[in-house]
Amino acid sequence: MTKKWTIGIFIVIVIGIFAVPFLVNAGQPERDPEVSYDTPQINAMEVKQCIEPTEYMKESHMVLLDEWRNSVVRDGNYEYRSQSGQIYEMSLDETCLGCHSNQADFCDKCHEYSSVELYCWQCHGNVDTENPEATIITDDDVLFTEKA
Amino acid sequence: MKVVGPLIVVVLLAALAWCCTEYLHWYALFGIVIPYVAVVLLIVGLVVRIVRWARSAVPFRIPTTCGQQKSLPWIKQAKLDNPSSKAGVFGRMVLEVLTFRSLFRNNKVEKRDSKLGYTSAKWLFLGALLFHWSMLIIVIRHLRLALEPVPDFLVVLEQADGFLQVGLPLLYISDVLIVVGLVFLLARRLTIKKVRYISLSVDFFPLFLLLGIAISGIVMRYAFRVDIAGVKEVVLGLLTFHPVSPDQLSTILFVHLFLVCVLMVYFPWSKLMHAPGIFMSPTRNLANNSREVRHVNPWNYPVKVHTYAEYQEEYGEKMKSVGLPLDPEVVSTNG
Repeated sequence: MTKKWTIGIFIVIVIGIFAVPFLVNAGQPERDPEVSYDTPQINAMEVKQCIEPTEYMKESHMVLLDEWRNSVVRDGNYEYRSQSGQIYEMSLDETCLGCHSNQADFCDKCHEYSSVELYCWQCHGNVDTENPEATIITDDDVLFTEKA
Repeated sequence: MKVVGPLIVVVLLAALAWCCTEYLHWYALFGIVIPYVAVVLLIVGLVVRIVRWARSAVPFRIPTTCGQQKSLPWIKQAKLDNPSSKAGVFGRMVLEVLTFRSLFRNNKVEKRDSKLGYTSAKWLFLGALLFHWSMLIIVIRHLRLALEPVPDFLVVLEQADGFLQVGLPLLYISDVLIVVGLVFLLARRLTIKKVRYISLSVDFFPLFLLLGIAISGIVMRYAFRVDIAGVKEVVLGLLTFHPVSPDQLSTILFVHLFLVCVLMVYFPWSKLMHAPGIFMSPTRNLANNSREVRHVNPWNYPVKVHTYAEYQEEYGEKMKSVGLPLDPEVVSTNG
């Protein structure tokens, strides 16, 4: 028979593993991300409607952006026909960020909340006001230039 | 049947979750009630099984180990395989849990021409490592849904897991490896005739269930998709005991979640208990120090004995009278 306190410690550890997520969150207030739609462009809109339904955008915006990137870079096709039949320009900077110009209060909110890292801003946006050098492409960033 | 049966059960369970949420809209049941019940049953089950095991008898050391035990100073001891100290036992346990050394020693008997011989068989060890480590990383990765703010180490782990930057959302390496591992472990049971013969439906059920969980999770990430921030709100609601209605979330999430709940309820009463069981395994957690320390059976009770001295004292006169020899030492010590 194993010593009782050894088993006691073992059981405490086993329960502890499952208790940790509960204990860490105990007494914490609601911390749901609050996404802001308060930008000049959106405020100026009569019908506040994204290019696709909100549900789809929440779940699948990354797929849309991936398709846009491939379409623009590989096929040179800039036209996106939405489910409602509208034609939009496939452009993160112009179309998406045109309205959602508040990256810190829009994109980053959910992305930080769900810990999804993105590398869009390595090229796009130029919206890091605190450290502009990090996001704006300068001549230093050009690796090589094709000879004419 | 022992293969198809468990497969059908898993498919039916997944279909049940799908139908009940997609068509009957029992979101609160599948998103709140069942997860709570499953966690409680898991913890209760684990404690019951551990206490039951702890009550079983382990009177003596079980030195069923490989390697040289501690002996004379000039004989080299295999300290990790045959430890005589607590530190050695700790080392053996850590290596066993993290690297599955017992599986590494797996052998198979082979007949080549007319000779019978043993060769090493490492595939089980590799398949097990692949599955268990992927599983661990995936479980840890899921903590991002339970912790707010997300700790840095989780961000680093996730970046490392997705560093191939394939597709969008980024492909997780562990997602691929866990499926490879599980399919291999399944294929092993199906294709090796001897293993298939000794495999039971309870060997196949966990494999299908884990495959179901992995595939539903992968499909949720890459095909059907779910609002991750919404999922996290529901998870944090559950963890703070202020449940949020999960009815906005995609059906595939409930399939994934329900299969995980089934796993949690099934876990304590199945072979999957080898996870806590390894720590309680006497062949792994006891030092082989039987030659240094006398291990007395802990439930030895005082036995009533009748020594020869007492016997001779009682019958000495009668023995003497019939000419039986007496033990002079006993006579002298007894006076």
